[in-house]
Amino acid sequence: MKCQQCERPATFHITELTGGKPQELHLCEEHARTYLTSAPSGEAGGGGNMPPALGQQIQQMAIGQTAEELAQLDQQACPVCGITFYEFRSQGRLGCPHDYVAFQTQLEPLIVNVHGESEHVGKRPHRAANSSEMRTQLIRLRREMKEAVEGENYEHASELRDQIRRIETEQAV
Amino acid sequence: MELKELIQSSGEWLRGNGPEADIVISSRIRLARNLAEFPFISRATPQDRVQIERILHDAVITSNISTDLLYIAIDELAEVDRQLLVERHLISRELAEGQGRRAVAVDKAEKFSLMINEEDHLRIQVMQSGFNLQNVWQQINAIDDAVEQKATYAFHQKLGYLTACPTNVGTGMRVSVMMHLPALVITRQIEKVFRSLQKISLAVRGLFGEGSQAMGDFYQISNQITLGRSEEELVQQVNDIVPVIIDYERQARQFLIKESQEELHDRVSRAYGILRTAQKISSEETMHLLSSVRMGVNLGLISDLHIADINELFIHTQPAHLQKRTGGELGSADRNIERARYLRQYLNKEDGAQRAEKN
Repeated sequence: MKCQQCERPATFHITELTGGKPQELHLCEEHARTYLTSAPSGEAGGGGNMPPALGQQIQQMAIGQTAEELAQLDQQACPVCGITFYEFRSQGRLGCPHDYVAFQTQLEPLIVNVHGESEHVGKRPHRAANSSEMRTQLIRLRREMKEAVEGENYEHASELRDQIRRIETEQAV
Repeated sequence: MELKELIQSSGEWLRGNGPEADIVISSRIRLARNLAEFPFISRATPQDRVQIERILHDAVITSNISTDLLYIAIDELAEVDRQLLVERHLISRELAEGQGRRAVAVDKAEKFSLMINEEDHLRIQVMQSGFNLQNVWQQINAIDDAVEQKATYAFHQKLGYLTACPTNVGTGMRVSVMMHLPALVITRQIEKVFRSLQKISLAVRGLFGEGSQAMGDFYQISNQITLGRSEEELVQQVNDIVPVIIDYERQARQFLIKESQEELHDRVSRAYGILRTAQKISSEETMHLLSSVRMGVNLGLISDLHIADINELFIHTQPAHLQKRTGGELGSADRNIERARYLRQYLNKEDGAQRAEKN
């Protein structure tokens, strides 16, 4: 079994009995030390400027999940910006607009817990929302183009460049 | 307009003459917005930040939201100047202490500011003196529309405006009213008020926002929820609760006058006396005493001071303002001496008009 917080094998198996339901933790030596020496709420969600409402929800997410489920969710990465769900859990900040789509399964219950609702009913931009999503894909395309150039894959890079230009000019501001 | 002109003046929100201005200092709304085509700030490269800043700079400048806009590159400012902007509530601590390219656009009357590369790419805020949220909402809505014509915001059909932190998603809006509640503090009822506010998911913060202490008996009441309610509903929720709190505070003041007029008058007069004569004074003590004096003016116990003057003193006795005024860096002991000197000079003058010239 892998550590819930990194790739190393979990050698410490802790059952936390404080604070409501028992919570199982499977950690490597290093993360177990950090966990045991930090404050009672020291698992994830400890980021310095995490809003209290969010910190609480993030902590609760860990409860009721098995270690395997948690580890699997944590390792999921956003195809656009590359952030993993674990990184979000520890910082409380998302990496790009597409994370709301990529991490939909994980974020939906959290959002409902924070806001009590799941759907926006307020103001909308005059621009269509699908143009916003298309522009967010530019983050991925620009990254892929940079990688293609670095890998000297110039043909692919020029295809990507054309694609980027198309999106940029089609919806020019 | 230049940054140094700011120090000569005070923001519109301090003028102390809006509706319910004896208790409500200011009404403020902020909107969080992000450009669709860049990562959020925590994931943005230095080059991303430069490009975001360029795009939003152009959008703000060409959107004609004001004829007299001051655009400041925060990363090029000295620390004391960044602190000055925080003390004036024009930027957040997060923007002041952040990294990489970041900026703020401020109008001359300091009614609104647009922060670039804070937690979100763009944070628009509009402030006004007194209790007047409807008006603030209309203004910020218009500014948001104007900027949106020049930039594609990250927006999701179902979730609304997408923000770096899921606690702001949806409207991206925080409505807050800054209130001065000394009588509720003296009569120890303030905790009770907070608990009931939390039950209806409203948040209470100190003078300088998230994580700051409630110095000088100032409290900001704001919405916690941003999703699933329209902007008008969010404004209305705060709009409905503030008069209730105003009423509690007024009742507590009347109670103090009725039950212990001498004690109250003594407290207010002593506070005024210390502020006019002290030779060194900390920021904390200043806030505490100014709070009593402010209530004293509102209750007619002090007659030779205006609310706007006291509001200004709360800001102008802060560390960065003192240092800008004296023109040099001051350690905390020297600041305490300078603060006392400034207060004596300000409060011992008979004519308010002369003050501005002298300083």
